[in-house]
Amino acid sequence: MKLSKNFTNPLAANNPIIVQILGICSALAVTVKLEPAVVMGLSVIFVTAFSNLIMSLLRNGVPSRIRIIVQLVVIATLVIVVDQVLKAFMYDVSKQLSVYVGLIITNCIVMGRVEAFALGNKPMDSFIDGIANGIGYALILIIVAFFRELFGSGTLFGIQVLGDWYTPNSLMLFPPMALIIVGCIIWVHRSFNKDLQEK
Amino acid sequence: MLNLFINSMLIENMVFAFFFGMCSYIAVSKSVKTALGLGAAVTFVMVMTVPLNYLLQVYVLSPDVLGEGIDLGFLSFIIFIAVIAAFVQLVEMIVEKFAPALYNQLGIFLPLIAVNCAIMGGSLFMQQMVGTEINTVGDSIVYGLGSGIGWWLAIVMMAAIREKIEYSHVPAALKGPGITFIITGLMGIAFMIFSGVQL
Repeated sequence: MKLSKNFTNPLAANNPIIVQILGICSALAVTVKLEPAVVMGLSVIFVTAFSNLIMSLLRNGVPSRIRIIVQLVVIATLVIVVDQVLKAFMYDVSKQLSVYVGLIITNCIVMGRVEAFALGNKPMDSFIDGIANGIGYALILIIVAFFRELFGSGTLFGIQVLGDWYTPNSLMLFPPMALIIVGCIIWVHRSFNKDLQEK
Repeated sequence: MLNLFINSMLIENMVFAFFFGMCSYIAVSKSVKTALGLGAAVTFVMVMTVPLNYLLQVYVLSPDVLGEGIDLGFLSFIIFIAVIAAFVQLVEMIVEKFAPALYNQLGIFLPLIAVNCAIMGGSLFMQQMVGTEINTVGDSIVYGLGSGIGWWLAIVMMAAIREKIEYSHVPAALKGPGITFIITGLMGIAFMIFSGVQL
């Protein structure tokens, strides 16, 4: 029961991007098209899940003074694995993601979950928590990318969806629109979750 | 060089064009005073770490510099983040020892900076620009300075707007992060007028 609550909580009620406002840095730039957004989401799910698992296993052996450095090393190693795999098997996507793969290291979701959850919980719970937070992150990425690709290029996953009658609105492809879409998602989300609204 | 400076500060602004450092940008932009403090700290750390990482990139990480056939490029993430974390730690200790007054003002921000994506992002972009825009240590210092000031500018402007917006009637669900995202998006559109400026 607790496990399933741990899992569903970060998906909506405590979503890392729109409620905790973490990890926006790398989130928005990869949302011009759906494909890189999905790949980025999967990478983050992998990194959060395993950094949570590893740090949870190490939690009793690491002195708290040096824990930040240990966390950074673990996370950076996982990100290097992701980066090398992407370069080897999905070269085009890895070119599109450019520096943002490296920025998963400084993605506050990863560090935040390790600090807030993995250091005080059992490995299995931490693993689930990592996966769920990764999915919560990927979900927002995919929503933003869906709107930007649909209205910006009239395509989804590169396939023409809107017909010739539609003139692509290239403003959607510029960075500022990603921020405005996230702002609107927060607006909708908080309209349904009144307890999150500020005073 | 001036071109590189203007370019990194206004046109390819860390916040508006790449979303770097958004987490602390949203969290710390509530008052102009703290925004000024964090912006100063970020700019300082960037001016120091981008050149350091530039030297490492050129003399250690590039292919064939340590010997024929040795390419340590895949280690760049972990080395950059280690340099940044170590530098932040060092600055924290020095400032605490020699300028306690400054430490009390900046103290809380310094640990935050290690995971600020703007710093890591600056180094990663520098890595991509080596050989094209950035060819000397001087270039890398200018790039770090321009990017840092651009970030500083963005957070201070945002803080000023947020102080004013306290008195406006914002829909309850948009208060806080929602309206901040949308304003940032609008500021980003305003910043797009700088694109194409050549000096």
